[in-house]
Amino acid sequence: MIEKSYDVVIIGSGAGGGTVAQALGPLARDGLRVLVVEQGPRLQDHEFTGRELDMADSLYEDGGGFLTADGTMTLAFGRVYGGSTVVYTGTSLIAPERVIRRWGVPGLSYEDIERRSRKYMAENNVHLLGPEGINENNRLFVEGARRAGYPAEQFPVNVKGCKGSSLCNLGCPNGAKQGTNRVQLPNAERMGVEVVTRAEALRIEERAVVVRVTERPPGGKGLPSEWAPGEYRIRAGTVVVSAGAVGSPALLLRSGVGRMLPRLGQGFTCHPAHILVAEHPREITNDVGHPKSYYVDRAEEEGYVLETCMYFPFTTAKNMTGFGAEHSRFMRAFPRLQMILVLAVDEAVPENRVTVDRAGRPVVHYTFTAETIERLVRGTRASAKIFFGAGAVRVHAPSADPTTIEAADAGRVDALISSRHFKPGKVSVSAAHLMGGCAMGRDARDSVTDAWGRVHGVPWLRVADASLFPNALAINPYLTIMALADRVAEGLRAELGAPAAEAAPGGVS
Amino acid sequence: MSDPVLPPLRAVFRAIARTVVPEAAALDGAAWDELERIVERALAARPPKLRRQLGLLIRMIDVLAVLRHGRRFAALDDGRRARLLGALQDSRLLLLRRGIWGLRTLVFMGYYARPAAAEAIGYRADPAGWEARR
Ligand SMILES: Cc1cc2nc3c(=O)[nH]c(=O)nc-3n(C[C@H](O)[C@H](O)[C@H](O)COP(=O)(O)OP(=O)(O)OC[C@H]3O[C@@H](n4cnc5c(N)ncnc54)[C@H](O)[C@@H]3O)c2cc1C
Ligand code: SF4
Repeated sequence: MIEKSYDVVIIGSGAGGGTVAQALGPLARDGLRVLVVEQGPRLQDHEFTGRELDMADSLYEDGGGFLTADGTMTLAFGRVYGGSTVVYTGTSLIAPERVIRRWGVPGLSYEDIERRSRKYMAENNVHLLGPEGINENNRLFVEGARRAGYPAEQFPVNVKGCKGSSLCNLGCPNGAKQGTNRVQLPNAERMGVEVVTRAEALRIEERAVVVRVTERPPGGKGLPSEWAPGEYRIRAGTVVVSAGAVGSPALLLRSGVGRMLPRLGQGFTCHPAHILVAEHPREITNDVGHPKSYYVDRAEEEGYVLETCMYFPFTTAKNMTGFGAEHSRFMRAFPRLQMILVLAVDEAVPENRVTVDRAGRPVVHYTFTAETIERLVRGTRASAKIFFGAGAVRVHAPSADPTTIEAADAGRVDALISSRHFKPGKVSVSAAHLMGGCAMGRDARDSVTDAWGRVHGVPWLRVADASLFPNALAINPYLTIMALADRVAEGLRAELGAPAAEAAPGGVS
Repeated sequence: MSDPVLPPLRAVFRAIARTVVPEAAALDGAAWDELERIVERALAARPPKLRRQLGLLIRMIDVLAVLRHGRRFAALDDGRRARLLGALQDSRLLLLRRGIWGLRTLVFMGYYARPAAAEAIGYRADPAGWEARR
């Protein structure tokens, strides 16, 4: 085993890890040895082809097909330099005040989250797209929502030079989306933070991380690792775990940290989602233009959020429920399809949790509660009304039997779409907002870390990613993850002796 | 490299694929090869247990066809094939429901991830975005 030594080792380079890396950049410039360990590859710009399987295999864990333990839900998360920010859509919302207050984490205020989120909005060029960038898939959503009585709001997005390829979830082929792979990590590296890719943290030991660096597989995308293949034991003054809501609890569990932290892995939430499609009588612009420009937020009142979306042929086919002639009819109507993503706001329950199998691999146990199912159903009903309000001739609704609802039945969607038709394992459910597992809180009895991501009882160990969420956020999470990671970095900088307000690049202060 | 799953089950797998995506009936030999290559590649990245389970499920579907209709799955007409898979998809047993979900997902992957299929359904996304449409 090769030995190395750093002052700070950050595990994971996504929204959390990338943020911490940049925030520690000024200290790296002054000589602090900071390392980011990322298990995924570092892709070059020309490797973002927008081709579905090609990109999914290169950017996602399990090619995007990671299943929960009972096989009833697919979890999408990135495994690449930049983590899930490489495949996210870049919608940038500040956490709802009511959610942060309800979390009730001692020492964490909404005002603090808001202030830090605004900082990253500025850094990531978050803005509203002009009308010329909005396609019909999005415009029909606004129109249908108005007719159905739901107020649609426009998503601020973090793009620079967006060409409207609609391929965000396959990694932006134009480098327009401002993920940590484009902004924070390059900034950090310029300041002297080292990033090693294809480097998986196997376990954490006392002030050390054991890492395995692997070769670039034949034909695989991405550069070879910056380090020679092999096993490394990296001594570290501080370890920051930013491996995501699945990866972080799993890594801590297989490192034995769970013995003193009974809550580790518990309280996993993910905004379970349906991708809904509806057929229009004419072609619409759907697979051109930014895919996600509008949403309807009914989280507080009804427990769901509706978002515009646009997916690729296989992803669309997979996420519809059923098969055969009906399914094919929708697929053949691709240029006439409107799509809506229904996200249910799920509540953290101890049973929904991350564990590890005998080999130390993550296993996500997730059961849909009756309330989560009801929320998905309510959101599906609202979406059907929006689709028909926009002029759709038929709608695919997973929790209806049959799953196709014709326009003639538009007045009956409340009766036709029902939780009694929601059969786990049959209906397609996927999730991309993975949260919890290392929740912040008061002490080891109710949580894993404090409000600054410090793991209870382990002064040299911190967490900085989505796993910190004590409960679902009820809105797209990346900005809140960056805000929390920013706090973790600030705490660390204070401890390492840097002035708290030392400026990072990109106009951040 | 793991052993391929489909060769010993090719006839029944192709009948399942034609039931899941009726348009698959029109595929020529090269297109079938491409579809199966995509599926095998995905399976090769999965644990051996999952590959075994998939093989078992495909065999079970064939046996069920014989028990219910006295014929192998591939020899059933379109309606019977669809009803048999539909019944399994609606089974009381989660194991069967999710097995069918996984099987049809693999077929969708093999069928729709082919550039020819994407083109046939009119999918036109292009990295150049709006410019490509002007
Ligand atoms: C398709 C998709 C679309 C999304 N769209 C949006 C959106 O529009 N707006 C929004 O707000 N959010 C969106 N999200 C969610 C958002 O991207 C995530 O919530 C966020 O990136 C999570 O940040 P994180 O740091 O917790 O984890 P990640 O960003 O997932 O980063 C974790 C990193 O850790 C690495 N890692 C894990 N284990 C190890 C290990 N043992 N050793 C080394 N490295 C390891 C992983 O490879 C990964 O790179 C989307 C997500 C997806 C998948
Ligand atoms: S829509 Fe814009 S941000 Fe998204 S992938 Fe295309 S160019 Fe990039």
